[in-house]
This record gives sequence, structure tokens and C-alpha cells, in this order.
Amino acid sequence: MIVAEQKPVATLKEMLRGKRKILAVGCGTCVAVCFAGGKREVGILAAALRMATELDGARVEIDEAIVQRQCEYEYIDPLKDKLNQYDAVLSLGCGVGVQTLADRFQTTRILPALNTKFMGGPTEQGVWEERCQGCGNCLLDVTGGICPITRCSKQLMNGPCGGTDTGGRCEVDKEIPCAWYMIWERMEKLGLQDELMEVRPPKDWSTSRDGGVRKIVRMDLRKPDPKDFQE
Amino acid sequence: MNAQTATQTATPNPQLKSGSNLEKVLAAGHFAVTGEIGPPKSWRAEVIRKKAGLLKGCVDAANITDNQTAIVRMSSIATGIIVMQEGLEPIIQVTCRDRNRLAMQSDILGAAAHGLKNVLCLSGDHQSFGNHPGAKNVHDIDSMQLIRMFRDMRDSGLFQCGEAITDGGPPLFIGGAANPFADPVDLRPLRLKKKAVAGVDFVQTQLIYDMDRFREFMKKVVELGITEAVSVLAGVGPLKSAGMARHMRDNVPGMRVPDAIVKRMEGAVNGIDKDDKAARNAAWRAEGIKICIEQIQEVREIPGVAGVHVMAIEWEEAVRSIVEGAKLLPRPVLA
Repeated sequence: MIVAEQKPVATLKEMLRGKRKILAVGCGTCVAVCFAGGKREVGILAAALRMATELDGARVEIDEAIVQRQCEYEYIDPLKDKLNQYDAVLSLGCGVGVQTLADRFQTTRILPALNTKFMGGPTEQGVWEERCQGCGNCLLDVTGGICPITRCSKQLMNGPCGGTDTGGRCEVDKEIPCAWYMIWERMEKLGLQDELMEVRPPKDWSTSRDGGVRKIVRMDLRKPDPKDFQE
Repeated sequence: MNAQTATQTATPNPQLKSGSNLEKVLAAGHFAVTGEIGPPKSWRAEVIRKKAGLLKGCVDAANITDNQTAIVRMSSIATGIIVMQEGLEPIIQVTCRDRNRLAMQSDILGAAAHGLKNVLCLSGDHQSFGNHPGAKNVHDIDSMQLIRMFRDMRDSGLFQCGEAITDGGPPLFIGGAANPFADPVDLRPLRLKKKAVAGVDFVQTQLIYDMDRFREFMKKVVELGITEAVSVLAGVGPLKSAGMARHMRDNVPGMRVPDAIVKRMEGAVNGIDKDDKAARNAAWRAEGIKICIEQIQEVREIPGVAGVHVMAIEWEEAVRSIVEGAKLLPRPVLA
């Protein structure tokens, strides 16, 4: 899932400066599951902002709304009719949700309430960890199911580096487990350690962000273009 | 040496890959000595010339660090050119942190044009340790791939993409780093083997204070046949104080300093008045140099060790005393 967290109230208060009435829009998918932008979080944040702006003597009126998936037009389109009564929309969606709203409602100011952090999942209650960077060419088949692009601080393909600390911690932060330490342990468990002796060639990053903005077009799912049927 | 003569005298001996002094010393079977120069946080060349003067004649070549500990300093190649002008052979360090494969290849062509031949391939300290923690890191390729890329440039005359380099590959003597002490320890000799397969010619190790563990490491390295193709230079360095020994023991990832060494440094100031800072410092430094000399004598006896890499960062004055004390002077002069 996409994992996000809320911006500080002080930052949001500053963002809302001069606005009289806004609509806070949550999202019922990823950011709801990671407790950053679901229905409950919209309610709590809206209350906090009402109080904070009131204390400053410029209370902002905040209405609340939730959509199931802020990243898809069909779910956000029903918001359209009521938008003209607001100075801005405060999105509690991820960066995709914010941009989908901004793209669909181009004459309305859309403001981000969250910082989108990463693709990952919960590992303990209240803990989420990054697992994927979307490099576009998955190599988990050769690294024992542990991604070094995401989980090695230096994105090594032939690790570990010399900075692994006692017990397999990353030199960058003792809280970060060394990805390559884990990969070697995992491959040993799988009886595949010899595979790691192969020098992995440089990665082709063109499938990643480095190849430019990415897009997938599935012809099998496209609606037929009416022009194709014209004589 | 200007660019023209550098190209013409690239490899006079066809047995040599680069013809660098370091390569020649190792090829002739001498116990090699390398040192290290940290470029200044400045644009002025005087500091470099002074440091080069301190190492000249004491070492066969000197590493020129590349934004070490992720702190911005003069570029390693530019510093290396100045060092070479002073009559000391540089080993250009290249980290994967700051440059992508395009920049690394163009830089190494430029370095070769200036007559620089030794290169040391490193991942690089993470930028969070340095003075620009908000910087974006690169890590387009890793140190293993960097070794392979430079080897292919030199031996096959090819860029990483497979295109031919005009006029053939640059003469390079390719180095890497090895840490015998970082976890998982069993894997360290294997990772060095991988670097040998990737094409490394020499490696310098992390600072060694735990000699028993280093002996075990070297035993495996020799068993794996690595030393047949790769010259291993043991990393040593003088401790400046008991505090430095404790800090390295307790806080530096991937470093092992036995308590015995810490105790020896602590004992060096016995009987000296606590307030006599100058005398304490002098006693610590003398003990640090003494330990370092003993360590060089120890590593010389370990099978497979082809030389030492003396790291005396911001204490270049110590290098002559150490190398002289270890009876490694004068350094060989080879044609």
C-alpha cells in the first residue's frame, strides 16, 4: 500500500491562511489503512484545524467528505457539484489523490494535508516499513525476496558494503537492518548462497523514474476508438 | 607530465596493466606502502603540496579521498594532479555516491589523460554522515560494478554501454576496499573473491587493530585463491589518543578495536600529570606510532599480505616515522 502521514497542524494552518471555508476530503483506501487520511482522520484533523484557526481569531469553516478511492475519477466526480462553495479543498489522499483532484477540478485550489512516504506495509502495530521503490524491473527473484533497491541505503546490487555493524545493522542508522545481511542469510536458508557470488551487472534504470514519467497502456483493456469503425 | 606524453608512455611494459609505480612495486614483489591524503575544504593548492611533501619518498602511492565522510572537499582528480606534480603518485578514490556511470567514465578518461593511473573504487560514505545531509545520492552503480566497468574500459576498450572508446582503453590499476571485520564476517572473504572476479587488481583493507581476526580473514582469502590475482594491502593507522581508541572501538561501524589496544593507549600516559596536555598528547602519539609499527611487522608475517596502507588522516607527519620504524625505507625506485 501507499503509506503516508499527516503534515503538522502548524504547517496546514499556514496553508489555510486567508481561507474562510474549505472541504477536507479523505480517501478510503491506502491512507485509511495506514491511519493517515481515512474518515476518522479527516474528522480529527478538521476538528484540530477548526480549533487552531479559532485560537488565532480566524476560524476556518471545514466540511468533511470521504471518497473510496481518491486516485480514480469516477470516485471523485460526485464532489464536483458542491465545490463552488469552498475556497479550497484539503486532500487527505496520497500524492496521487491530490493530483487526481487537481486534474479533475482545475478551477479549485487543492491542498495536500499528507506527506506521501512510500510503498510498504505494516510490520508491527503502529509501524510501517518501506518495501518497494517501483523500479519497474523487479529483481526479488535473485535476492531472496528482499529488495536491495529499497532496503539498502546505498542501493547496492552486490552488497553488503563495509559499514554493516554488529548484528547486521546499517551504518546509516542502527534502526535500519542491513538489507544485504538479510539477503545473505535468506539465500543461505534457501541453499542458494552461491548465486550471490555472481557479479550483478549495472541495473537498467530506464524502467525506473530515470526513464522519464512512466505510463502503462493496456491495449486489451482499452475501449475501441470509434474512429476505427468509420468507413 | 602533459596529456600527450601520458598517452604515449601509457604501458611501456606489456606485462603491466597501467605501468603505475604502485603496480610496478607490487609486480616486482616488494612489500608495498601506500598512504592517504585528504583534499582540503578549500581551493588552495598549498596544503596539498605540503601534505604530498610529507608522504613523498615514504609511500609508493597515496590515496586521494573523494569527498570523504560525505564532506565536500577539492575533487580527488584535481588534487591528484597537484600531488603528481609534487612527485608523489596518487590513487584516485571514486565513490558511487556522487556520480553516475556517465560522470565516472568521463572523469576517468580525464584522469588518464592527465597521467593518473591508480583508481580505488568505493561505495562511499552515506551523505547523512557529512555536511550536506539533504543531498540526493546517486548509487547508479555499486563499487563491484564500478570495478568491472573500469576493467572493461581498460581491457576491452569499451564503455559500460558496450560502445568502443576511441583510441582504446585507458591504462588503469584498479583498486577496491575490503573490510575483514564487518558483519557477516564469514561473508567478507567471499565478497573479496567477488571483487577479484569483477576485476580488481589490489585492495586496501579497513584499519586493522584485531590482528587475530585479520589472520583468520587472510587465511580464507589465500585459500580462495584471491591473492594469486589481487594484491592485498593491510590497512593500518596510528591512534592519536586513548579517547580515539575507545571511540573507534565503541562507535565506528564495522571497526574492531580489542580492549588490549585501548588499555595500552590508556597506559601510555601513566605517571604524566593530567593537566600537562602537551605531554599526554605526545605520549599517546608516541605509543600510537609504536603500536602501528608493531602491527606492520605483524601483518608482514601474514601469508598473502602484499603491503600496507597507512592511514594517518590529518597526521601525515607520522607516516615517515612509521614507515621508517617498520624498516620499509627507502622505498624502491623502479624504471
